Amino acid sequence: MTKQATTAQKLWMYEKMVTSRRFEEAIARIYLEGKQPVFNMANGPIPGEMHLSDGQEPCAVGVCVHLTAGDIVTATHRPHHQAIAKNVDLKRMAAEIFGKSTGLSGGRGGHMHLFDPAVNFACSGIVGQGLGPAVGAALSRKMQGKPGVAVAYIGEGAVNQGAFHEALNLASVWTLPVVFVIEDNAWGISVSKAASTAVPHNHVRADAYAMPGHRVENNDTLAIFAAAGEAIERARSGGGPSLIEIETSRLAGHFMGDAEAYRPEGEKDGLVAKDPIPAFRRHLLESEGVDEQDLVLIEDRARDAVDEAIAFARQSPDPDPADALSGMFVETAGKGADA
Amino acid sequence: MTTEIKENERKLTIARAMAEALAQEMRIDPRVFVMGEDIGALGGVYGNTRGLIDEFGAERVRDTPISETAFVGAAVGAAQDGMRPVVELMFVDFFGVCFDAIYNLMAKNTYFSNGSFRVPMVLMTSTGGGYSDGGQHSQCLYGTFAHLPGMKVVAPSNAYDAKGLMTTALRDDNPVVYMYHKGLQGMGWLGTERGATVHVPSDPYEVEIGKAAIAREGSDLTIVSIGIGVHHALRAAAQLETEGVSAEVVDLRSLVPLDRDAIRASVAKTGRLIVVDEDYRSFGMSGEIIATVAEHDPAMLKAAPIRVAFPDVPIPFARVMERHCLPDADKIVAAWRTIQPGARS
Ligand SMILES: Cc1ncc(C[n+]2csc(CCOP(=O)(O)OP(=O)(O)O)c2C)c(N)n1
Repeated sequence: MTKQATTAQKLWMYEKMVTSRRFEEAIARIYLEGKQPVFNMANGPIPGEMHLSDGQEPCAVGVCVHLTAGDIVTATHRPHHQAIAKNVDLKRMAAEIFGKSTGLSGGRGGHMHLFDPAVNFACSGIVGQGLGPAVGAALSRKMQGKPGVAVAYIGEGAVNQGAFHEALNLASVWTLPVVFVIEDNAWGISVSKAASTAVPHNHVRADAYAMPGHRVENNDTLAIFAAAGEAIERARSGGGPSLIEIETSRLAGHFMGDAEAYRPEGEKDGLVAKDPIPAFRRHLLESEGVDEQDLVLIEDRARDAVDEAIAFARQSPDPDPADALSGMFVETAGKGADA
Repeated sequence: MTTEIKENERKLTIARAMAEALAQEMRIDPRVFVMGEDIGALGGVYGNTRGLIDEFGAERVRDTPISETAFVGAAVGAAQDGMRPVVELMFVDFFGVCFDAIYNLMAKNTYFSNGSFRVPMVLMTSTGGGYSDGGQHSQCLYGTFAHLPGMKVVAPSNAYDAKGLMTTALRDDNPVVYMYHKGLQGMGWLGTERGATVHVPSDPYEVEIGKAAIAREGSDLTIVSIGIGVHHALRAAAQLETEGVSAEVVDLRSLVPLDRDAIRASVAKTGRLIVVDEDYRSFGMSGEIIATVAEHDPAMLKAAPIRVAFPDVPIPFARVMERHCLPDADKIVAAWRTIQPGARS
């Protein structure tokens, strides 16, 4: 019962993908400020590691288009596209990436630690770390009798963590509303999937945990939409977890500054030629019959949203340095069952 | 200071010194092999395995899946079976996913088996912040490893010690945790601590594990540290010298075993103690150093000892907040000002 995406859904996905790409372009540009000619990660308005999501946008939008703010997403160290598709506040997200006081966490977290409770979004920096919390959130909804599906995003490298196998088994044995989404960009930093993973495709691992497994080839936004729609529907209706592996492409380095000498000659060019965003644009124009004017409007809106978020981040004040020492614990809201 | 920097002699970064020690030992000992993430073609994110795959091939320089539990556990098994594995945990912060293999197996099997099983392996791992990598990529955690019995723990502050400690670790029949600081590696993209890049002899040599070095002699104050803290201490000592204060800097080089005699000898001379530690303040190295003195003879202290350590909060991302927390030379000098010289003399 694969549902087709409506035109409205397609345009939403396009807008989110374009927003994400414009955002990454802006971050990439600003990241290099203060880091040239000498590249020192500590310098510039955005210090630290920076993992960009260029090329992986379809994985974010094709799944999150089916989610509401109440649904849960646990994201990865490469989280910007996922956050944008989950409607994380773009201004406060940008400010967090700049380490500003107006950021989602007042600058405590940074780009790998984005938390937005309004849309049930969190991410973190350890590979495979979001899997357990997604299972737990799904368990909580089930125990409370509340609706909601949890989506755990991981990279294909994370399937070789013990946490992956433990989480899939637990979600399955307790029939929890979780969807595990693998963004397979074929590389874990410099180590290829082929060199690290015993099976060519990871969706087959679903068999081991008695859940449906599906692979989407070719970074295809609409095929992701269809596979995710089915898995999320199954989770919502009490059918339990699913696993989806999406063949996607990492158009940037693992992190900014990565020379990518480990990539075979020409691989990158091939990926750029298959950039999913222009491909989806062509689909909208040629098959969906969308007016180019409408796409231009969307593109302008995406650019404006990014410009506004970046300006907000730049203009926001730094946190008070001594504020680093506060916030270790919160006040307990109430006692026990009265809370 | 062990590291005599001679003019016109070859200087190496810590990254290169580590790789050289590994290569030289691999040439003479076929049991030594290296496993970890991105240590092959990439040469390690921090450069400490660069060139090894070209010389020794993928059989002895093994890129692993992101499966720390499996490959650290595998190193224990291989070590017990007669190999001498070196495993790299890319960031010490990642120990969380594989600590069972480290502290319950690697560290305990020698004792449990009454020495009938040996675990000659080296776990090398990067530590430290200061470049806004956030709270899961910036910790030191020296104290965590040193607290749990059964592992030797070393942390070089310069390339001479880095090579010698690595060679010694590779030849040791016990597990050694080798904690290198990202800010000292000499990788440009992490900034450059010039004092860490020093003369390194070409031939293999050992630096004894468990022996501190006096990085600078002094008579008024003892500053004890390890790794990058030694460089902060040396800068502070240089500044204090301009004020007529003579500070001695003790570079521990290893936490397990801890050179308690060197600490006590220095404090016996100076009577004043500042401990500098980029690891969390409480329940860690800084408290252990102070206890080492206090348990021995509290009367040696002419003033209350001071810790310049990372406060007990996760490492914040924002540069201004992280800087607020990290030890540096200014904080050491400020600590000195709170000591009342002569109060008990
Ligand atoms: C437990 C753990 N091991 C290693 C790392 C270092 N690391 C960060 S990202 C990464 C590669 C992850 O590959 P993948 O899961 O495929 O995601 P991608 O980076 O390709 O998006 C590695 C090894 C980590 N963060 N956590």
